[in-house]
Amino acid sequence: MATTMDHQIVEDLKSAGIDYITSVPCKQLAGVIEVLEETPEIMHMPSNKEDEGMGLCAGAFMGGMKPCIVMQNTALGVVVNTLATLIQFYQIPLPMLISYRGEVGEPVACQVEMALHTKAILNQMHIPTYHFHKPEDSAELPGILEYCQMASKPVAILCDATFWRASA
Amino acid sequence: MIRNDVFQTLKPVISEHLVVCNIGAPSQELHAMDDQPSNFYMLGTMGLASSIGLGLAAAQAKPVIAIDGDGSVLTNLGTLATIGNNPQSNYTLLIIDNGSYGSTGDQPTYAGMNTDLAAVARACGAECVLTVSAEDTAQAVTDAIASDQMTIIVAKCESGNVKVPVIKTNPIVIRERFMEEVRK
Repeated sequence: MATTMDHQIVEDLKSAGIDYITSVPCKQLAGVIEVLEETPEIMHMPSNKEDEGMGLCAGAFMGGMKPCIVMQNTALGVVVNTLATLIQFYQIPLPMLISYRGEVGEPVACQVEMALHTKAILNQMHIPTYHFHKPEDSAELPGILEYCQMASKPVAILCDATFWRASA
Repeated sequence: MIRNDVFQTLKPVISEHLVVCNIGAPSQELHAMDDQPSNFYMLGTMGLASSIGLGLAAAQAKPVIAIDGDGSVLTNLGTLATIGNNPQSNYTLLIIDNGSYGSTGDQPTYAGMNTDLAAVARACGAECVLTVSAEDTAQAVTDAIASDQMTIIVAKCESGNVKVPVIKTNPIVIRERFMEEVRK
């Protein structure tokens, strides 16, 4: 069941002109994906893997749309090459709405392993990174989305378990 | 016929259209033969030509031809399911199937052995999938562009590359001039 926060996030994406989204699901993102399915202003094209999704986004961008990818942080282990040689090399603005699994409140021990590498990978790749921990942090989303377009870079928005729980 | 021979026959067919071309030898051969601003050359990221092509076709109305290879499609096999479930009538995916990883020394791919990419594409839900010989490829692409149905063409050809220079064009230049063509 989608929350007010899920609706607000999609509203902010819409207001920023985001009209193409690909997603690979995560439990924490289920509400956002549910809202996307009911949002005709945004073309939602799920992908099977996040590098594939970034290819879709690159194509949509060159076709004149404003893409965004919705994914889990574990997928940063999948997309390093694609971020470097496609999104960054060709300077494609790409907001990445990322569920930050493996933080406080995480029930699955294995998720902690990639959580430990999440910010390190983003930092190593010089990707502007924002961490939503409290519901009020999401007030920054419109500004982040505008910044992403201005900079023509991939930008990471990490949303952790505490954020989702407090937003429920 | 090898890939470059197929490209020669394709030149008049695709020259004026938006083309997304696979990394390595395919992009280099296309660039050397017929460099056009309407060509998007992948300088990196193996496997994503078909995904970029699908995103581009979904975003705008002009015909899009993605030139991919059997090895690259195998790298990103999930792409066929995404394409099969999101058909775009302006999209043609041309898989040059020479049964080998051409850019890395012609090592054999599974597509040259037991795996039939056309059958995989059909099983993924794509409705119009053709397997054609190298000689018939240009006609099949011509027909696909003219039709209003998404088409996946698996073009069988021999393994082999020609010696051409690497692409030195700046990636932003490639992207900008390509987007200019999209907007025209």
